[in-house]
Amino acid sequence: MSGIKYTKDHEWVMMDGDVAVIGITDYAKEALGDLVYLELPDEGKEIEKGRDFAVVESVKAASEIYAPVSGEITEVNAQLVDMLDDLGSDPEKGWIVKMNLSNKSELEMLMDEEAYQTYIKDL
Amino acid sequence: MQKTALHQSHIDAGAKMGEFAGYDMPLYYEAGVMDEHLWTRAHAGVFDVSHMGQIMLEGAEAMALLHTITPSTFVNTPVGMAKYTVLTNKDGGIIDDLIVTKISETKFFAVINAGCKDKDIEWIESQCPETVTMTVLKDRSLIALQGPSAEKVLHETLYLDILGLKYMRMIQIDELYISRLGYTGEDGFEVSLPSEHAPTFWERLNEHEEVKPIGLAARDSLRLEMGYCLYGHDIDEKTSPIEADLSWVVGKDADAFLGSKRILAEKEAGSDRKRVGIKILDKGVAREGAVILNENDDPIGQLTSGGFSPTLQASIGQGYVESNYISPGSKVKVEVRGRKLAAEIVKMPFITPNVKTAKKA
Repeated sequence: MSGIKYTKDHEWVMMDGDVAVIGITDYAKEALGDLVYLELPDEGKEIEKGRDFAVVESVKAASEIYAPVSGEITEVNAQLVDMLDDLGSDPEKGWIVKMNLSNKSELEMLMDEEAYQTYIKDL
Repeated sequence: MQKTALHQSHIDAGAKMGEFAGYDMPLYYEAGVMDEHLWTRAHAGVFDVSHMGQIMLEGAEAMALLHTITPSTFVNTPVGMAKYTVLTNKDGGIIDDLIVTKISETKFFAVINAGCKDKDIEWIESQCPETVTMTVLKDRSLIALQGPSAEKVLHETLYLDILGLKYMRMIQIDELYISRLGYTGEDGFEVSLPSEHAPTFWERLNEHEEVKPIGLAARDSLRLEMGYCLYGHDIDEKTSPIEADLSWVVGKDADAFLGSKRILAEKEAGSDRKRVGIKILDKGVAREGAVILNENDDPIGQLTSGGFSPTLQASIGQGYVESNYISPGSKVKVEVRGRKLAAEIVKMPFITPNVKTAKKA
């Protein structure tokens, strides 16, 4: 999908007007294996690029989800906790949080679709 | 890193490999941990556990040696019977847990943990009287076949006559040592065999439609549901078998084994803390190291194992708590990343075992 940006840790950011919608990619979901629990942050929380803001638990391990950009969390997809299958690249269902960005230029440091696909091919 | 004789078979089967106790081992295969776990409980799973140590103790005083290095007694143990026990140190701590099988009155076979192999061998050697020979069976592999279909599979694929074999018994068929036991709580077998035959044996089992290869990750979740100890996590050189709730390994009249002073005193008077099962009632997964709190949020212990139980679809664990919290039903909390999850002390095993006991057979 065009306009979606990616991190090396397999998070994605999609801009919806001024709001950043954030999730993890299908690749990450596959790598995590059988998901059993998702721990979400509170709305209103300020998060900093590169810091963990949510945790996804699989049978194997707990994995942190890192903020691809900095800003304030405005909305949390609480439904996901009971619908872990929805987690992934589909921005409609799979988004984890929505944010107001504090530094839009951070987006420029992320990979576009093509770069991300090339990146995961080499993993 | 060391490799087992089945290393290539795992890679060919698409296993995700990882290091365990110095060996490059299969963590899970293509099906994934959850499926592998449930498959083993419903059908049969085959596990490469060749990284574990296999030793033979032989000699007139072999039994006396065992009565020194473990709290168990083997005097009335029938030939062919396997026993779970522990190697204890002078302070009553656990050097390793192991299965010892009586081959004859003067010969015993033992399977020890991969991560403890070197220290165990050195330790046993240091305790060995001159009349006892310890042989490390380096050229043998160990394959576990576990699950309700295990007996059928072993019979159908390798035509082995194991139908009458009872739980915790071993038979020798040619070069195979076949023991009816395991680490999953299911009926099943552990087969010790010369490593040169291991790949063919493995392949034959895997050809059966009810068999899937199972990695170490599901082996861990299967044993956790049974409340079995994982050495280095749930038990170690500081914990006594009494604290570990393994007092049943102490033989009735045993009194001259290493560490007996502490162990027998604790058996009599109880220990300050005890290993218990814990079920998390809230959503979330608590893992090793998570702090256990009482209802006033005071720390009372720590999880030594923890994870998601595919059978119960809940987070379970084991850990040591102070003795006034050990009763099943006691309400506790477990702290996970600052959240205090409601939990309770439960009896182990967490699920009903399906092993071939004399009663059910």
